[in-house]
Amino acid sequence: MRLIKQDIIERDGSGSWHAYNLIAVGDTLRASAVRKVTTESSTGSTNSKRIHTTISILTTSLSFDPQVSQLHVSGRVVEENTFVPMGSYHTLDLELQRNFTLTKKDGWDSVALDMIRESIRVDKEGVVPAVVMQEGLANICLITEYQTVLKQRVEVAIPKKRSGRAGDHDKGLDKFFATVLETLLRHVDITQPRPLLLASPGFVAAGFQKYIISEATRTGNKALLGNKSNFLVVHSSSGHLHSLTEIMKSPAVLAKLKDTKYARESQYMDDFSAMLRKDDGRAWYGPSEVERAAEKGGLGPGGVLLINNSLFRAQEVGVRKRWVGLVDRVKGGGGEVRILSSDHESGKRLENLSGVAAILTFPLEDLDESGEEDGAGDGDGETAMVI
Amino acid sequence: MSRHQIVKNLDLDDELDDYDGGDDYGYDGAGEGISEEDQEQLRQCTIIVREALPQGGNITDKQIQDSLWYYYYDIEKTVTYLVKTYLEPPKEKKTPGGGKKTKDNIEGSDGSKPCSGTFSFVKFFEDSPWLKVPSERQTIFIAPLYPRGGLLGGSSDGAPKMSKLQALAAARKKKKAEEQMSQGIADVEKPMASLQINEQVSTTNPTVASTSKISVGKPFSRGLPLRKRKDSNEHEKAPKASQPKKEHRLSQPELPQEIPMVDQAEPSAFANTMFSSPSQVTRPRQDNLFTLHLALDTTSTTANPFAGPSPDDIVIAAQSKAAGKGGKGNPKTNGEKRADQIASGVEALKLDNTPRAKSKNLDVLAEFEKAKTKNAANFVVIGHVDAGKSTLMGRLLYDLKVVDQRTIDRYRKEAEKMGKSSFALAWVLDQGTEERARGVTIDIATNKFETEKTSFTILDAPGHRDFIPNMIAGASQADFAVLVIDASTGSFESGLRGQTKEHALLVRSMGVQRLIVAVNKLDTVSWSQDRFTEISTQVLAFLTAAGFLSKNITFIPCSGLKGDNIARHSTEPEASWYSGPTLVEVLDDSEPVARALSKPLRLTIGDIFRGGVQNPLSISGRIESGSLQMGDALLAQPSSEKCYVKSLEIDEPVDWAVAGQNVTVHLSGIEEQYLKIGDVLCTPVNPIQNIKQFTAKVLAFEFITPMQIDVHRGRLHTAGRIKEIVAVLDKHTGAVSGKKRPRIVKPGMIARIVVELDLSVPLEAPGRVVLRSDGQTVAAGLLE
Repeated sequence: MRLIKQDIIERDGSGSWHAYNLIAVGDTLRASAVRKVTTESSTGSTNSKRIHTTISILTTSLSFDPQVSQLHVSGRVVEENTFVPMGSYHTLDLELQRNFTLTKKDGWDSVALDMIRESIRVDKEGVVPAVVMQEGLANICLITEYQTVLKQRVEVAIPKKRSGRAGDHDKGLDKFFATVLETLLRHVDITQPRPLLLASPGFVAAGFQKYIISEATRTGNKALLGNKSNFLVVHSSSGHLHSLTEIMKSPAVLAKLKDTKYARESQYMDDFSAMLRKDDGRAWYGPSEVERAAEKGGLGPGGVLLINNSLFRAQEVGVRKRWVGLVDRVKGGGGEVRILSSDHESGKRLENLSGVAAILTFPLEDLDESGEEDGAGDGDGETAMVI
Repeated sequence: MSRHQIVKNLDLDDELDDYDGGDDYGYDGAGEGISEEDQEQLRQCTIIVREALPQGGNITDKQIQDSLWYYYYDIEKTVTYLVKTYLEPPKEKKTPGGGKKTKDNIEGSDGSKPCSGTFSFVKFFEDSPWLKVPSERQTIFIAPLYPRGGLLGGSSDGAPKMSKLQALAAARKKKKAEEQMSQGIADVEKPMASLQINEQVSTTNPTVASTSKISVGKPFSRGLPLRKRKDSNEHEKAPKASQPKKEHRLSQPELPQEIPMVDQAEPSAFANTMFSSPSQVTRPRQDNLFTLHLALDTTSTTANPFAGPSPDDIVIAAQSKAAGKGGKGNPKTNGEKRADQIASGVEALKLDNTPRAKSKNLDVLAEFEKAKTKNAANFVVIGHVDAGKSTLMGRLLYDLKVVDQRTIDRYRKEAEKMGKSSFALAWVLDQGTEERARGVTIDIATNKFETEKTSFTILDAPGHRDFIPNMIAGASQADFAVLVIDASTGSFESGLRGQTKEHALLVRSMGVQRLIVAVNKLDTVSWSQDRFTEISTQVLAFLTAAGFLSKNITFIPCSGLKGDNIARHSTEPEASWYSGPTLVEVLDDSEPVARALSKPLRLTIGDIFRGGVQNPLSISGRIESGSLQMGDALLAQPSSEKCYVKSLEIDEPVDWAVAGQNVTVHLSGIEEQYLKIGDVLCTPVNPIQNIKQFTAKVLAFEFITPMQIDVHRGRLHTAGRIKEIVAVLDKHTGAVSGKKRPRIVKPGMIARIVVELDLSVPLEAPGRVVLRSDGQTVAAGLLE
């Protein structure tokens, strides 16, 4: 059976992200475009016009801007029309509410179909804004279903405590809070009834929560005051973005965000780390190791394959095929496949472990012994770097 | 500039000087602009004056009226003036006063031909050799006719009076000149001193006109004509008249010595070089000529005037010196004030117009050797949360009289009010509002005390796990550590699992070798020796396992709250079993630590703040290696912005600082946005590099896999990830052991890892870094 045609309408920002994961190099993409066409008259004078037309291109590269949810696909024109000659280059901008037709070169594989299925699912979880902070540093980010978007990083130098100058520090902290709040309001609507995560080591987040409420009271911002029960103060060990992992683990957040995709993904990674720490030969990471484990049947029923979706975005067709093949094998063998979003913190953690990891059904030793040349040949930065 | 600012910047002296041009208004108007009433009054007064004047004078009505107008109908003065001016023939004054004499000098032009308009100077000098102009060809300068200085009128017939403001200015200027001279700044000043014509003037024979010496009256050397003010203002005049005594004093013959100070600026070094003649040959010169007195007087300036600091430098140095003391700088000269007024308008543009401090070019290391003072040692106080670190240190400072009784009493009262009376001593160090409210130390507190041998800096670290980054910052500055352990039942056990262990491992991995273990709160277990021994054995076992040498560990039973065995021996009878040294005695035994003085400068910024009005941007931190001095140019990394050391402080202003010292640096030439806490100041000659990736040999505290981590180095705190585990190393030999690319490193193992950072930061081998993740220290080690 082949899927010939399916209509997908993009409704929110995550659509572009799905498209980004769907469209691979070598695919043919057809979409409407605006192109500047220059015509030269017989006398040599030129005349340029912007023309709306539909263009088909053979994709050569993609770029995704998470901040504005825009996907730019560039490639060579494969279908000539009155304005655009064959072979000329064009970059298509895929935005909200813009239709496109995608033709896969080698047909639609299972992962791609899963992605489509995933992308048209109706029950979407909302966006959760979070402020990860420590004294003098705040990262304002949006946790969406498939990605964590860092909106703004705020850095303010706060004078440290010095004897006889306690006031300087308090004043600096106030200035810092004011800056963070101002930035937060610019990027995020915090009056919406959804959780706002405030995370920090020590008392910074609690202080910030207090500051927001006191500011709202001072300025008489009723909408903000009404939403104050949604401000969630969580502990994190630092103000850097990767502390989100820790935040996702906290019971307060889990209670609110249970069953969201990113909370689940975080859970997978934690499970894997716990297994890895036991070092009993059941947890493995690295491309060659996992492949070998799959070969030996370690990823049967009960086994879990964690794989980063960035691997499917590989520019080379062969690489993608390799991973799609692995996914199909594991699924066929009754194992579980969990595709993690590389744009989430959990995905980043997996990326550190070379993007693919597995929890095996039975212990296997020495999977890495003979795999050295193999791993080195991967070309994914695994070779030893010497400074 | 706002109106307000204009008024603020207004300088009265200046304004009055400028006012010269405006003098004419009233005068000119006297003829035509007089109102009816004035004319009537003038007429009446003229009659009275006529009556008052002695007969026989041929004074016109116009003269009388002019004088009246000038004195604003003060009949008495008008009469005096008129009698003096028109009735008594002016006689030669005996005083060598400036104004009169000047006139004499000028008039004696000695028959030389004045130049005509079409005269060609080129032709005139065509046949004369360079710098040897024949005397008859030397030109004669004719000074412009200045009105005599001081106020007009008055009853005295001496030299012109000075106004009060003038007198004030004179006094000030004289004082300043004296100050400058007294600075004793050598070579350049000397020839200048010889330029001072005052001596000659004052010793010159009063019969001026025919002297062979050129006795140059001062007034004409002043660029601006002397101030004359509209004296029609009665408010100004009244007090003058009521102080005849002072006027009299001013008109005494000593006046000329004072007046020159008013009018004569010292020649600049530039002028000095320009006009000092190359040879000592005295050229023939004409008597009575108004020539450039400078050229004639300094015939022997052989010293190189640029050898020493220029007068400008001296002034700047003096100013910055004064600024460093927090006092007011030298009174500004008029020129500077003018510049300031303009500058204040430009201030909105945020241009840095602060003058750079001049380097003294000291050999800092030599200075350091010379200034062999006390040993200095920094120690960090570590331990589990609520072990009593801050209280112990508060007690130490109190017992050593660093903190006075009154302060402690105040803290006690405030603490009681908050229901935390036992925290009073800790408040000596916990000064933050949040720290006091919550009763925990949040950030490192530094404090100083001195014993006979050593001056110590305490770095009181927070014990709470959330503030370990701050503790790392403190530990990175320490030479040795005091580990505080809570001996009370249950607390010791939980502490050993908690931060007691982590802190000890951290200080060890940051290079601290010596550890003093203060077993605190022994009073709560009634000074049980068994408890002390039990704790000592357990802690010692753990510490030796962590890599401390047992000879570098000292145990002291003590009570921070009560003060036993801290500065004094315990007086408790239960504690009599302990006869060892007190904490202070043990601290005093510490050996000085070698400093990396000769290495290139590295200073990690620990704090950025506004150091006061004169120092808008100051940083503090510990110099890790090298030295710096006032005026040095520095490079701030990672922003790679250049800046200058305006001044330095180590408790008090100093000229230099060396490695190991905690110093406050006032910077100029840089904006705050280019500096962050954790940045490094280094020498531009040998800067520290910004790196994004490094290899390190680390000791694992927890399981390490390739993962995301926080990288700490002192105050530097940045995010990164372990990119790769290169190898597991043998603990003792450092050789590669085991598998080539291990998947995971277990706690206690040593591994070589590659760390990639999110942002490039200044780091260099052999720096010590601490790697943390999820609130736990996962590893610590050395950069390779």
